[in-house]
Amino acid sequence: MIGMLFTVVLVLAGLLMPKWLTFLVTMAAAQGLVSLGILLLMRGGVVSFGQGMVFALGGYAAALGYSRLGLTDALGLTLLGGVTAMLVAAPFAPMLARYRGIFFAMLTLALSMVIYGLLMKIELMGGSDGFNIGRPTLLGQTLSDARVGYVMYSLTIVTAGVMALLSRVYFDSTRGLLTVAVRDNELRVEYLGGSVRQAMMINFILAAFAGGMGGALVVMSLGHIDPNFSYWTTSGEFVFVAILAGWQSVLAVFLASTVLEVVRSFSSSYFPNTWQLALGLFLLFVIRFLTRGIGSLWIKENRR
Amino acid sequence: MKETMKKAVISPAFKRQAALTAIGAALACLVQGVQAQETFKVGIVSFLSGQAAESFGIPAVNGAKVLIEAFNKGEAPAPYNKTGFGGMKIEPTYVDENGGASKQVQELRNLYDRDKVDVVVGYVGSGDCLAVAPVAEEMKKFLVLYDCGTPRIFEDGKYGYVFRTASHATMDNVALVRYMKAHNVKADSFNMMNQDYAWGQDSRKDFLWSMEKLYPNAKPGEDLLPKFGAGQYGTEISALMAKPADVTHSSLWGGDLQAFILQSGPRGLFKRSQVVLSAADHVLPALGDKMPDGAIIGARGAYGLMSPKSALNDWWWAIYQKSYTVYPVQAPYRMAQSLLGLKLAVEKAMAANGGKKPNAEQLAAAFKGLEWDSPAGRIRMALGDGHQAIQETAIGKTRYDAAKKMVVIDDIQRFPAECVNPPANMKSEDWIKAGFPGAKCN
Amino acid sequence: MQTLFTILIDGLSYAAWLFIVALGLTLVFGVLKILNMAHGSFYALGAYAAASFVSWGASMKMAPAFSIVAMLLAAVAVAAILAPLTERGLMRFFYGRDEVLLVLVTYALFLILEDVTKLIWGANPYYVSEPYSLFGNIDIGSQTYVGYDFALVALAVIVGLAVWWGLNRTRHGKIVLAVIHSAEVAASMGINVSRVYMLAFTVGIFLAGIGGAFTAPMISVQPGVSVGVIIISFAVVIIGGLGSIEGAAIGALIVGLARSLAVHMAPVAELFSIYIVMALVLMFRPEGLFQRIQARKI
Repeated sequence: MIGMLFTVVLVLAGLLMPKWLTFLVTMAAAQGLVSLGILLLMRGGVVSFGQGMVFALGGYAAALGYSRLGLTDALGLTLLGGVTAMLVAAPFAPMLARYRGIFFAMLTLALSMVIYGLLMKIELMGGSDGFNIGRPTLLGQTLSDARVGYVMYSLTIVTAGVMALLSRVYFDSTRGLLTVAVRDNELRVEYLGGSVRQAMMINFILAAFAGGMGGALVVMSLGHIDPNFSYWTTSGEFVFVAILAGWQSVLAVFLASTVLEVVRSFSSSYFPNTWQLALGLFLLFVIRFLTRGIGSLWIKENRR
Repeated sequence: MKETMKKAVISPAFKRQAALTAIGAALACLVQGVQAQETFKVGIVSFLSGQAAESFGIPAVNGAKVLIEAFNKGEAPAPYNKTGFGGMKIEPTYVDENGGASKQVQELRNLYDRDKVDVVVGYVGSGDCLAVAPVAEEMKKFLVLYDCGTPRIFEDGKYGYVFRTASHATMDNVALVRYMKAHNVKADSFNMMNQDYAWGQDSRKDFLWSMEKLYPNAKPGEDLLPKFGAGQYGTEISALMAKPADVTHSSLWGGDLQAFILQSGPRGLFKRSQVVLSAADHVLPALGDKMPDGAIIGARGAYGLMSPKSALNDWWWAIYQKSYTVYPVQAPYRMAQSLLGLKLAVEKAMAANGGKKPNAEQLAAAFKGLEWDSPAGRIRMALGDGHQAIQETAIGKTRYDAAKKMVVIDDIQRFPAECVNPPANMKSEDWIKAGFPGAKCN
Repeated sequence: MQTLFTILIDGLSYAAWLFIVALGLTLVFGVLKILNMAHGSFYALGAYAAASFVSWGASMKMAPAFSIVAMLLAAVAVAAILAPLTERGLMRFFYGRDEVLLVLVTYALFLILEDVTKLIWGANPYYVSEPYSLFGNIDIGSQTYVGYDFALVALAVIVGLAVWWGLNRTRHGKIVLAVIHSAEVAASMGINVSRVYMLAFTVGIFLAGIGGAFTAPMISVQPGVSVGVIIISFAVVIIGGLGSIEGAAIGALIVGLARSLAVHMAPVAELFSIYIVMALVLMFRPEGLFQRIQARKI
């Protein structure tokens, strides 16, 4: 409920915010979607270090859909991105569902780097330079220069809000609860008749869907895509946001994403020569002192 | 599973904290908005970290710093002798280009919207240029691209607010092959080695097609594409030496080029084959005696030791060398010509609008088709409907001068802009493949 | 035939370089279960330190052969200063947390070290030229090779054997092996696991430093040298198996030969060769070719 209210407030607030801030929040929300995917997997006890792969897949699907298929509707492209990422990631799900811990992380990382290598080589899609796409339309309406920023912002926020709501529903559903049980003790779940593999596979596919949508939204706001979307440092940032958020609260994911964007943006401004140092210190600080993520700041845990 | 089943209970303390933070943030934004009006704010974006920092980014930023300082003191020679830009002090903001195109788009928006810069001058990476150009256009803000090489910017798109003040990369390899032809370099066979990403792939194509036109009987041999940043070229060098060709071409740059030279020099590559390097001038000062003699090199323009003699050039050389000990190579030159052009455009626009700070439209009108003198020769915005510059270039041969303790460049040949740049109505690729129609070489 | 020979030599010398560079990564993972994303940064620090030490040696008019000692000293210095600092001052706070969390910590460390290196040494390139010409040139067939490249092969063998011997034949080494197999059981046997971690981390950084120091003569030491090394070390270690010395050696050989083959026979595929091998290994044997650590729970 709070989430819905928040979404509405944000959409309205967007009318008053300076353009750079709406863009920042748009990016944060879209990237938050990708981290939401990681959250989905984290609840099951695994961390994907290759979420950049689905991010890139969704982005390229949307970009190619725009430039090759002539599909310009923003909503359509978002869904296209999500579905494509899901379809491409699905064949890998059974294999990945068998691994845990550092191996799951590494497998996903390696996969995303293979996709990166592929994308770098394919000159038809711009190779390492990537390519640009034009302005998307929304429900048949063209968007003017002045309005496009706000419209994309609203679309992204609303999509994020809807996905957040759906996630909440999913988390409270049988399978969602099963996922948490898997994180605690897989053997017990198997004994009780649940299928761990199936749960993990479905989580992976859903995470791909979220990531793909995030990728499509980013591409439409950015107007540009390149293979860096699949690079390991991009994936690392998504993981960081998920860790920063903690795995209890969905809202925290988007907040964490915004925090990272803000920190990155300001450290670039104030420390042009040492922004990496600033960012690294911030990361360390968060990992050290916010052990259960931002979500733990407001969700009281009942201690047993 | 208690954690997932409870409702989100927001503690009152947190609510208070959040409110305070929100108020604080709002105040901060307000304060930012109040600024002085009498300066001209320029955002300068280039690589301050990462692999392009040492070879391109930091030298360019150094060039900007020393030039802006001179401008603000009114010390530049005429016609650049007004203080700052038309009397307004120049206030630079520097941003690191490292971090990927998505980040650059965000940074560009921040520069225009949050930091309220008037103009952004930047971008070495072609991917970054391609990503930010449409954004500036959409925001109707003035953007000057000073370094990136891809011809695609104005060949694949039209822009009203985006300008590039240096030639694109086509001229590098066209000039290289023309030099070889003019100096009767034997090239019945040639090997190529380029980094496997857009820059390397484009350079390779330009060289290959140019060779097809000017050396029709030449046979391409090894076609190596090492990963960008590989740093270890032992295998590649073996391949190049196992099937040696008359000419070995490479568009390598920065740390990769230096590693390649350090590793191939002792193995005799430069003696076995005529090595031609399209963008190598920036590695000469540091390499010194480790640079083998007789390599044919370009600087992506008439820069550094190959720059034409002029009062402006002498002045520029002196101020750069005084501040940084080393002489300026290509990157700071390109930054300089960009800032000089910008200065003239601003002052031209101010003359037209009665002395006020020009807005983006007035600047665009002033910059379109502009011509100006730079330390590297005359720059003319002749392509891309007046948005893309062309300039002359120079190619030469390296030689280490033990007395001067530095690498010098001999046999310098200059190529006029119209000789090595495509005409306004043709794409570079088509122009080369058609055999350089309309090229005016002397 | 000549080409085959060349391919083998090139593959071997590249593999040697890979092995030296990647060994530290696999060791640190094997013992501490940390996938050290800052491995490339320690490599870079080794290179910079070597540049400083060698040029100091040259200014003191030492014999050129001293440069080898200088490079070793550089690696020792890097390890001696950074290992305790990093392990005690940073890693210690995160032990027991999720393995992936530790990866993020090392990523943060990588970011920090990038700028710290730039702050200390600046952006200008450094060259370590004396050692490169120490071994002269060697002609094999129609190819001229630099002796230094073969010296690296010798170094790889020495380092590999030393680490193997240290692990398997010394008492300390066996303790480390025990910790690799199970830190809990080792602790319950009275082993000071924390000291073992420190030792392993120090050796890991030392090896990364050696990689950097001995590569320095072949390259221009400047900002950005760390970036190319991380992914390639990671690939070698994945292929060979995390925590396994033999695995690192075999992994290095496979990658080296694959690349050599690609460059000589099908250069277009060179960028991809390493990813293909990595993907193949991951699909069929994700623990790597020499499994040390159990990968799957189910």
